[in-house]
Amino acid sequence: MELTGAQILMKVLKEEGVDTIFGYPGGVVIDIYDELSRTQEIRHVLVRHEQGAVHAADGYARASGKVGVCLVTSGPGATNTVTGIATAYMDSIPMVVFTGQVPTHLIGNDAFQEVDIVGITRPCSKHNYLIKDINDLANTVKEAFHIARSGRPGPVLIDLPKDVSAGKTAYKEPEPIKMRSYNPTYEPNKKQLQKVIDLIMQAERPLIFAGGGAILSGAYDELTELARKARIPVTTSLMGLGAFPGSDPLWLGMLGMHGTYRANMCTGACDLMIAVGARFDDRVTGKTDVFAAQAKIVHIDIDPTSIRKNIPVTIPVVGDCRITLSHLNHMLKTQDLDALATRTQPWHDRIAEWKATTPLAYEQKDVIKPQYVIEKLFELSKGEAIITTEVGQNQMWTAQYYHFKAPNHFISSGGLGTMGFGLPAAIGAQIACPDKLVVDVAGDGSIQMNIQEMATAVQCCLPVKVVILNNGYLGMVRQWQELFYQKNYACTCMEHAPDFVKLAEAFGAVGLRAAKPDEVEKVLAEGLSVPRPVIMDFAVDREESVYPMVPAGKAITEMLLV
Amino acid sequence: MKNGNATICEEKKVLSILVDNEPGVLSRIVGLFSGRGYNIESLNVAATTDPNVSRITLATQGNRAIIEQIEKQVNKLVNVIKVRRMAVMASVQREMALICVSAKADHRAEILRMVDIFRCKVVDVGPEHYTIEVTGDEGKLEAILSLLKPFGIRKIARTGICALNRESKHRR
Repeated sequence: MELTGAQILMKVLKEEGVDTIFGYPGGVVIDIYDELSRTQEIRHVLVRHEQGAVHAADGYARASGKVGVCLVTSGPGATNTVTGIATAYMDSIPMVVFTGQVPTHLIGNDAFQEVDIVGITRPCSKHNYLIKDINDLANTVKEAFHIARSGRPGPVLIDLPKDVSAGKTAYKEPEPIKMRSYNPTYEPNKKQLQKVIDLIMQAERPLIFAGGGAILSGAYDELTELARKARIPVTTSLMGLGAFPGSDPLWLGMLGMHGTYRANMCTGACDLMIAVGARFDDRVTGKTDVFAAQAKIVHIDIDPTSIRKNIPVTIPVVGDCRITLSHLNHMLKTQDLDALATRTQPWHDRIAEWKATTPLAYEQKDVIKPQYVIEKLFELSKGEAIITTEVGQNQMWTAQYYHFKAPNHFISSGGLGTMGFGLPAAIGAQIACPDKLVVDVAGDGSIQMNIQEMATAVQCCLPVKVVILNNGYLGMVRQWQELFYQKNYACTCMEHAPDFVKLAEAFGAVGLRAAKPDEVEKVLAEGLSVPRPVIMDFAVDREESVYPMVPAGKAITEMLLV
Repeated sequence: MKNGNATICEEKKVLSILVDNEPGVLSRIVGLFSGRGYNIESLNVAATTDPNVSRITLATQGNRAIIEQIEKQVNKLVNVIKVRRMAVMASVQREMALICVSAKADHRAEILRMVDIFRCKVVDVGPEHYTIEVTGDEGKLEAILSLLKPFGIRKIARTGICALNRESKHRR
């Protein structure tokens, strides 16, 4: 049977279970779009900027656990995806990005809209391909999906020259994937696990530190079981929020630069740290040579490069987090957990004291406090919304005050810290979960980076909500300038911003504003209940800062409190 | 790092890397080194007897922790089939160099004597130069270079280290 490249692509995409593509057409991908328009099973979401397409595919992937897919044209279409690809790479998000390319005979000739996107994305993608022969197309696309979703997930890019997608060939079913060079380790080494059990049973001050890997591997149940069974308090990185229920008495809150006092103090004082799918980023560790200085560290990760990259480890365990934890839970069944509970009781008493003396706190007076908005959002959404964020103060307050109950509900650019991520990610999440409430918590700065995607939300009838914590500043940088640059607010004051209410209306969405504390609840209640896209603009305290804060280069226990 | 003392001393290490013989693979390896700030002292690549597989021999420098990271990071690349650290005692390591040295009339005999002692070959001769092919371990190359230096080295091309692990001496 003769098929065109575009037809082969659609066939394989359907086999891979793709139901949505986020994209933007252009010259060299018209053949693919032509075929896509006839493919009933796949919905295309037309964004307003290619960066939005990648972040939307990212949000879709994080909310659903499936591979996000986008399709853009060559040249500028391709380069506009780079930030999104790097974002997904840092946070290990499964994604396949298709970029158009000029016809193979023109490659290297500086043709119109030609760019070496494979070269550009080599260091920021898990893998990438330039397909030069239509006969490689089906196998390569299959392999790309396999690489994107297996092992430590990540974005994979496929560059498709115009003559490959427009050309015809006798179609052969793709072969089963065989790769001698790529073979992730899922099953942990049993001897290492026994050592972990021994350490747990000897510990007096154990601590579980979960990262994004716990979410990606679907380890929520296993992690919760381990913590409750052995009575080990749990903290997570930003990426790990939702890997453990935020309402559990063992929950400490997030650790790190803006972690809770008790989580950071626990890190300093624990004698055993069980790190699950975390990579010990500098925002988590602070000064590395005093990080968890009293602790033996167990590090469970599917990616061997994460282990011993930043922090020396006592017991490395290479394997899938969920599988590893389920083995540990099984092995714990034969242990004397009552004796363990008795021995760790003083540790729990100490943590309770830290919690009581130094909780997260702010004072709501006559100006709206951003933390208050998040707390009210948590209340009104019953803690069940999918929350995306932009980057900066809005992101940290969300992490601190929205107590996530379940995984895949907090969607944020953790590693790369990409402003402009939240709105397109919310669009992707809403498509993945049409019945969920999806809210983007934004600042007035970052929302303007991809505000054009409001048009996408309106066109696709996606009822995403945007909560703008509007302080007229690039707040996180301003906070650093306040603390470390003698209040020299160099270029962080956004003296002019659009009227967000009118802007929402211009897009065909709903705009609401709260200027006083007593309006917060009303605006949120109204905004969250309208079945349309909504922008809610909250005029918050202009110079509120995020606390606790660990200054860069300091030990994690050296926090600035309010 | 916490247990710092053991990891401070920098060492030279030779890695032998089997990769898919595909366009862009070398760029992935080299990009990984430059992007993460690792050193490449020398590097050579050629296909093996399997035309789908190339062997890269790469000499690098770093403390123990860095070498461990390099090995893991290289291994993580999708096109990398195998990475081996080549220990000096357990492997054969060779380098080849072409050295173009000035050879005036009164120096020619002495240079040829050295070529003989070091078991090199003269591969190009001119009225005022010899081009010498030398093969050996790093020490040998350094030695002949320092001896030839006084005559004036005009040009040099070195391959960088090429290495294979020694096979077992005993029959299995």
